Amino acid sequence: MASTVILLTMVLAVAIGPWVWRVPINEIDFSSHLAGPSWAHPLGTDDLGQDLLARMLYGGRISLAVGLTAMAMAVVVGTVVGAIAGISHGAIDAGLMWLTDLFLSLPQLPLLLLIIYLFRDTLKAIAGPEVGTFVLIVAVIGGFRWMPTARLVRAQFFSLREKEFVEAARALGASTSRQVVRHILPNALGPVIVAGTIDVAAAIIAESTLSFLGLGFPPDIPTWGRIIYDAKDYLDIAPHWAMFAGAAIFLAVLSINFIGDGLRDALDPRRVL
Amino acid sequence: MSRYLIRRLIIAIPSLLGISAVLFMILALAPGDPFGELASNPAVPPAVAAALRAKFGLDDPIMLRYWHWLIAMLHGDWGFSFVSRVDVDTLILQRLPTTLIIIGASQVLALLIALPVGIYAAIRPYSLFDQVASTLAFVGFSLPTFFTGIVLILVFSITLDWLPFVYRTDISATGLAGIWDHIRQALMPVAVLGLFQGASWTRFVRSAVLDVVRLDHVTTARAKGLKERVVVTKHIVRNGLIPVVTLVALQMPIVFSGAIVTEQIFRIPGIGSLLIASILANDTPVIMAVTFVFACLVILFNLLADILYGWLDPRIAYR
Repeated sequence: MASTVILLTMVLAVAIGPWVWRVPINEIDFSSHLAGPSWAHPLGTDDLGQDLLARMLYGGRISLAVGLTAMAMAVVVGTVVGAIAGISHGAIDAGLMWLTDLFLSLPQLPLLLLIIYLFRDTLKAIAGPEVGTFVLIVAVIGGFRWMPTARLVRAQFFSLREKEFVEAARALGASTSRQVVRHILPNALGPVIVAGTIDVAAAIIAESTLSFLGLGFPPDIPTWGRIIYDAKDYLDIAPHWAMFAGAAIFLAVLSINFIGDGLRDALDPRRVL
Repeated sequence: MSRYLIRRLIIAIPSLLGISAVLFMILALAPGDPFGELASNPAVPPAVAAALRAKFGLDDPIMLRYWHWLIAMLHGDWGFSFVSRVDVDTLILQRLPTTLIIIGASQVLALLIALPVGIYAAIRPYSLFDQVASTLAFVGFSLPTFFTGIVLILVFSITLDWLPFVYRTDISATGLAGIWDHIRQALMPVAVLGLFQGASWTRFVRSAVLDVVRLDHVTTARAKGLKERVVVTKHIVRNGLIPVVTLVALQMPIVFSGAIVTEQIFRIPGIGSLLIASILANDTPVIMAVTFVFACLVILFNLLADILYGWLDPRIAYR
């Protein structure tokens, strides 16, 4: 419960914050560089005198948006693949499972780094620097997270499609797609929700790791991982800079993990003890 | 049992080929190529650049290029690094031992943390120990490794000055002092990786052992009057740890990925930092080779997990 409150507070803060705290994120002010927290700058400033609270609110929007969008994409792709594999027999199922296993065997972080490095400029040229990078990062992070969802959905389908209510629908003449969409799928989504919350946490950490390695969004966009990347060389004289961003990532991921665990306790019928 | 093994081995090889194909396609589809800068070099006429491309086979169809690359890799010819001017396999072999030592030590640390804590927490569920341990485990795997690394550097190297934060491979002291120096510099990276893995494994060990604790054979063992210690080691742990063993083997690829980040923070000269350096320097042969090594490790550990699972769980042998 507490974590839902925390997460909602963070989401509200990054959504509404930039309207309330109207300090621009790019305002360079060398006289106050590397200052600690004060009334004018509640979270301090970085080495160019830019206000950290404003940068963190702006970056928070992006980090949380990447997390949620990547999760949405992973869940959609995984559910579609799992549903198709679960409802079909034989070759299609075997082929899709082989594809899933192949994707599961790919080394994630190296390929993530590689794809982003290679295709970042192309996408920037097509869709502009921010949107292009956003699309690329979401596509790649989501593209590596759909497999567990697909397996879960497929397993659920296998157990659900032999049940009586599905057989009844079949006997009434429902086509396969109608059976899937109206009967099986709504009942199969329980574990998917739990996996989805874990995906959000993993996506946020993945995006922060990419930004930390210097391969995420363009340098002027202050995502939380990027703030830590900029701050890591100033740790001895300005620790507040990295600490606040790291604490933000930590709180977001922690509350998402707690929510996921609570959901799993609520939705999983097996956990008796 | 051997048929299970052989089947697993046979499946592993197409997976490896599939991964190498995906890797090659990604690099082949990417914009730019090794001769890109030749095109803008005024001293090289376009005819010569075109002839060079044809000679090195850059104009061949993609399947042919993949085939040539695969044959070369299988022959042991892993290419020549553009940036470092050495053979790629020399480069990788130089750096592999460091990575393996750090990762091996961190896995051992993670197991030393996760097994006792997880088992004890599962035997006394919802007690104070269990709740504290679960909360700490949650906190542990919600902290990104780069953040814990930075915090540890801040505390131990900068504020307290107990541990060095730059990893040196050329420690000149020998004997006991040398070993102590090695341990001191490896302590923080191993701790960062080990604590992160240990936290996520604690939760998994706990849930796996919890699943076993409420089974009938444990109640029978206790009813027979066996000592608690014997009940735990011979009945609970041996059965509960089967999924844990496979999880450990399956998570090795993730550990290697985590090692990439840790090597960047602590400037450890391992293959993770080699990968990042070569990505940033656009050194294609090294990128291909390192990613191929990672893919091989993933396949190897998946195979190991399957074999271990087949060996440990007698129910599997009847497939």
